[in-house]
Formats: sequence, structure tokens, C-alpha cells
Amino acid sequence: MNCTKCKIRAVIDLPRHNAAFCKGCFNIYAHDQVSRAIKSEKMFGKDDRILVAVSGGKDSLALWDILLKMGYKADALYVNLGIGGYSDVSHAKVVNFSETVAAPHGAVLHVHTVEQEAGAGIKELAMLIHRPTCSTCGTIKRYQFNRVALAHKYDVMATGHNLDDEAARLLGNVLRWQEEYLDKQSPSLPASLDGFAKKVKPLFRLSERELAAYSVLNRIDYIVEECPMAKGARTLLYKEVLNRLETESPGTKQAFYCGFLDKQRKPEASSTTMAEKDQAMLHPCSVCQQPTTADVCSYCKMMARAKTHSV
Amino acid sequence: MQVQLSHPARTIEIKGPKKAKDLFKELNLVVEAHLIIRGDELVTEDEMLYDQDQIEIRPVISGGSPRFTSHE
Ligand code: SF4
Ligand SMILES: [Zn+2]
Ligand SMILES: [Zn+2]
Repeated sequence: MNCTKCKIRAVIDLPRHNAAFCKGCFNIYAHDQVSRAIKSEKMFGKDDRILVAVSGGKDSLALWDILLKMGYKADALYVNLGIGGYSDVSHAKVVNFSETVAAPHGAVLHVHTVEQEAGAGIKELAMLIHRPTCSTCGTIKRYQFNRVALAHKYDVMATGHNLDDEAARLLGNVLRWQEEYLDKQSPSLPASLDGFAKKVKPLFRLSERELAAYSVLNRIDYIVEECPMAKGARTLLYKEVLNRLETESPGTKQAFYCGFLDKQRKPEASSTTMAEKDQAMLHPCSVCQQPTTADVCSYCKMMARAKTHSV
Repeated sequence: MQVQLSHPARTIEIKGPKKAKDLFKELNLVVEAHLIIRGDELVTEDEMLYDQDQIEIRPVISGGSPRFTSHE
């Protein structure tokens, strides 16, 4: 397989774009998708100061990497949850990336260690207050993200949510018709209170596979293992289902999520419903009286043709 | 060829030569959820893999890497 653009050997194929790319052309593609996301959702400009939430995983490190290479002012925040070996390894990967890649761009890494403030890691803390680990974790991460953004006067907070994350979340909300959550699924949310930073997801046009490929190609050393608390999350099931659909019918995830964004952006188009439109166009068939848009309905036409042929 | 898999981490031996695409089929894996890495280079699905190759099939889907949302 050769690169669609420059014809040298491709390293990744992208069925949903009917393309295959070499490393150089893939990087251009990835940056282009992020740039389109930033512009279409009016996320931020070159003068805004951005705080990226990094975990040591592929998405958030790729996001930091892309923003810096595109010339944005992006610092990062890492929250050490104190989950044994998992936190040790992810912390080390973040520090390594920060020193080797981010620092030369003048970027800074902020670190918050849960154990230092709370006296215990996230698991013990959750047990102490009788809450599920993940919801305790969510509260802490949101709080620290806001705190650091406020203290250091960042304009924007950016997270590494990708197309798969957003499509899976949309699927979950739609399956249960949780319409009140649909409004919050925009990749660009204004500040919830004055003085706080807005929240954006610049990777929403790139799939999880594309982000892993970006990280491998650009030698970003990320943690492949999952957070040990993540097992059994329903999100994984939704992603699996979507990926089976995607493999059979490339482009499904993008059509699902980006189609949703398009619809949300458009103000209530016309108030006429499908049924009303139908009614305006239909009248009785001149032969059988059933509703049709033509003079003679398609059933009567078919039967008339059948009779002439059988004779 | 040696094929390294994750979740759980293990290494299996598969007879080559074999197209990457067919390796996926044999292991019953969804292409959209994985990358194929030979040595330390990405390869596409139509690449032929040989007995002396070191292959890693890396899952790309995460349900819970901390991205500042709760994974409930
Ligand atoms: S899976 Fe891990 S990182 Fe994600 S919310 Fe739960 S504890 Fe936090
Ligand atoms: Zn190319
Ligand atoms: Zn408070």
C-alpha cells in the first residue's frame, strides 16, 4: 500500500477517508484535523494560554505534542492518583515527555499528587468516604484542573477526548435518551462561572487508532496499560460495538458524532414535519384512490405493466 | 513469528509468511481497535509478515485512561 499523496510506502491506512499515508503526510493530516476542530468550534487563538490535562496515555500526550508543534502556548497538568505501579509508570512517562519534548518549546508541567494533600491514594480515599473510586477520581481531577487554571490564569482547559470517546458517550446518552446530557457534548464549552477557563476537546475529529498511530510514529512514549480501576466500564462496550460497525462501514463514528454536532449547530430548521410534508404532496391515485404523488400510483402502474406483458 | 499481545500481556508463536490482515482474522481481532507494529515501525494491513519478524499487536482502545472525566 502506498501513500495517497506522495506515493512512497504507507505506514497507516485510513479507510474512513479512503486514504493511506506515509509518516510525513499522516502528521500533516493529524495537525490539519486538529486545526479544523479548533477553528470550527472557535476553541482558542495563538495568544490564548492553554492548560492540557495529561495522563501519560496516548491521547493527552499526543494533544500536548500537536498543540506545541502547531505553535500554541500549551502547558500541562498531571494528577498523580496514587494507584500503585500504574501511577508510578504514567507519572514517569509524563515527566519524560515534558523534559524531552515540551520543555524545549518553553512549556511547563504542573503536578498534583493526591496522596500529598489527602494523605491517601484515590482507592483508599474512596473507601474512606464510601464513594465509587471513579467518581471520587472525577471530582478530584475536575477540581484540580479548575484550581490550576484559575491560579495560573489559563484561558482554556484542553482534554484529549477523541472521536471514539465522544461517539461512545453520545451512543450511551442516546440509548437512554438522556437529552439533558446532549447539550454538554459540545467539544467547546464556555466557562461555567466568570473567571474560570473554557473547556475544549481539540481531538474530537481524530479516532483512537489514529492517535495511537500518531504517538507510535512520533516516538511518544505513552502508557499502554489501562488504569486498573477502568475494568468493566460500559464505555468499553460502546466503543467495541462502534468499532465493529466502523470496520464494516468506515466513517460510521464520524458520521454519528459530527452529524450530531451539525444538527445541534443549526437552529430549528423548518417547523414542518416529515408527515406534514408528505401530506402536502399526496393525493388519491386516479385508479385505486390510495395516496400517491403521481397521477397513477406505483402499484397500479406495476400491475398495468404486468398485464400488458402477460398478454 | 513472535506476536506480542496485550490485555493480558502475552506472546504467541504464529507461522509465517502471512499478511497482517490475515493475522487479524486468525486472532479474531477488529482492525479498527488495533495497530500492527513490526520492530518499532507501523505497518499497514496488506503488509506481508515473515517468521523472523517481531510483531506487536497493540490495542488502541481505552476505557479508563484518566482524561479528566470519571470513568463510571
Ligand atoms: S478508571 Fe482510573 S482514571 Fe478513570 S476515573 Fe476510574 S480511577 Fe480515575
Ligand atoms: Zn506521503
Ligand atoms: Zn469546593
